[in-house]
Amino acid sequence: MWAMIVKEFRQVRRDHRTLAMMIVMPVVLLVVFGYAASFDVSGIDTAVYGAGAEDVATILPETFEVEIVDSAGDVESAMELLRKAEVVLAIVAEESQVAAFVDGSQLFAARAASQALATAAQAMPSLEIEILFNPGLETSAVLVPGLGGLILLFVGTIITSLGVVKERQAGTLEQLAVMPLRPSDVFIGKIAPYFLVASLDLVIVLVVGTALFDVPFNGSVWILALGSLMFLFVTLGLGVLVSSVSENQGQAIQLALMTLLPQVLLSGLIFPLESMAAGVRWLGYVLPLTYFNLVAQGVMLRDAAFSDLLFPLALLAVLGVFIFGLAVLRFRRDLGSADDAGSKLEAGT
Amino acid sequence: MTWGVAGLGVTIGSQVALSGIDLEVHPGMIAAVVGGDGAGKTTLVRVLGRLIRPTSGRVSLPARLNVGYQPSASGSWPDLTVTENLRFVADAHRMSSGDARKRLDELLAATGLESASDRLASQLSGGMRQKLGVAMALVARPLLLVLDEPTTGVDPVSRSELWRLLSKTAAQGAAVVFTTTYLDESERAAHILALESGTTLVEGPPDSIRDSLAGQVWRTPDKPDSPYRWRRGREWREWTADGSPPAAGSPLEPDLTDLLTAATLARDGKLI
Repeated sequence: MWAMIVKEFRQVRRDHRTLAMMIVMPVVLLVVFGYAASFDVSGIDTAVYGAGAEDVATILPETFEVEIVDSAGDVESAMELLRKAEVVLAIVAEESQVAAFVDGSQLFAARAASQALATAAQAMPSLEIEILFNPGLETSAVLVPGLGGLILLFVGTIITSLGVVKERQAGTLEQLAVMPLRPSDVFIGKIAPYFLVASLDLVIVLVVGTALFDVPFNGSVWILALGSLMFLFVTLGLGVLVSSVSENQGQAIQLALMTLLPQVLLSGLIFPLESMAAGVRWLGYVLPLTYFNLVAQGVMLRDAAFSDLLFPLALLAVLGVFIFGLAVLRFRRDLGSADDAGSKLEAGT
Repeated sequence: MTWGVAGLGVTIGSQVALSGIDLEVHPGMIAAVVGGDGAGKTTLVRVLGRLIRPTSGRVSLPARLNVGYQPSASGSWPDLTVTENLRFVADAHRMSSGDARKRLDELLAATGLESASDRLASQLSGGMRQKLGVAMALVARPLLLVLDEPTTGVDPVSRSELWRLLSKTAAQGAAVVFTTTYLDESERAAHILALESGTTLVEGPPDSIRDSLAGQVWRTPDKPDSPYRWRRGREWREWTADGSPPAAGSPLEPDLTDLLTAATLARDGKLI
């Protein structure tokens, strides 16, 4: 038995990734969970419009962090701002009536806003509260768009990395390298099935989600398709990158999970970004799922226009070009063709 | 038209994998690359398969389309059937449907894989899988066929079938380069390159290799008291550099296994 224990320790010591999973991951998870796992929203980003904006802004309790006070603004200005998700609450104060519009797509902030508004209503009898985009404040309405992204990540990163590593393990990557196929043929041929399956999965998740859980789909299918396409490039690129540094399928799964877990926890899919401590929140802002989530929720719940989602779409495009480009370069290197060996390799015809 | 390498050197990281290697093959010729583990055989065939860049020297190869290559791990996709594996190679070479079907039938018949054509490659025996690997390398009727240890782990019957296939391929005009650790097998080749630690031990046709070894190989009944000795079955062999007879023993016309063993010992003075 002692020999077995010693042998096992020796193997574990040499398996750096498992070692990292066992020692580093618990610490990372503890720290991340400690700072990120919070549903409490302390401040509610608020804009106040209308003739009585100044007066209303003055009497609002501190919970409402008033970002904009504009007496020239109206309901339309409020709606535009809410569609861009720049504030959680927009109050339009006209002479006889004060209307509060809450962005229901920012679930936890919206719940906090509703509670705080109910208290504030005692000081403003004419206050009318309307919850937009997700009137029932349903959790499923907020989760389903993000889940679509999670499916894309799962298929794009985990399944793709397994598929590519399988070639290496079976020794067939070498066979592909010597065949008269261009690296781009191999690369596109390799990821095309995963691309199609992931796209189909996304459609199924969204159709079933909207049908089964009554999740609204208010916006343009095309904007969501564009965002999904760019996000898919990111996830497929991640899958190929993971495979390029993994020698077997076990290693690929480990590494793919390491890229998946932070995205699930820190993208705002479960815990609202605004509730996270600043120290870990910035991590959320470099993760691709964060921006897919913004696009999907924006399109499905808030009917956001292309211009409203320009920032997350642009970031997905930048991440897509960077990660996918890197993946193409790594894949070409992995194929290891010596065709460009210059004068030392005389290739005839 | 000849293919091959001249003065080939390959350095991987800080390790010299090959140094000063020459090998020339022409249509219809079978060349065997022999050597022990780590001798550099796989590195050489990977250069011929365009998988490794030479660090120095010259490499002459036909166009990629005309090189058939089989990696040591057979190169077949385990979750595709025999026919699907062959069909994929044919499609990658853009063979027409009719030509591909005809060629696949030819290769299935030549390798005896007809009855297994619908079986997954993962369900084939080691010998059948190697035959499939060779058949895949032959699909596009290559001018140069490069095989990395095609007979390793293959039973004697399958080995002789593979040899028939290689001889037929060479007879049809292809140049064949294969690696092997079975020294007896290399006697079937027209040209032998024996590697030792990344350098050439001996090179040439089997007869010229026999002539190139100075001294004499002896069969001895008992274990000789010499550093230049090795065991063959129940007997011992001894090599003497000047041809002088040992204390006991009879002269022997060495086969390739004895020749290459003697050459290795002669160079390194190793004890076996």
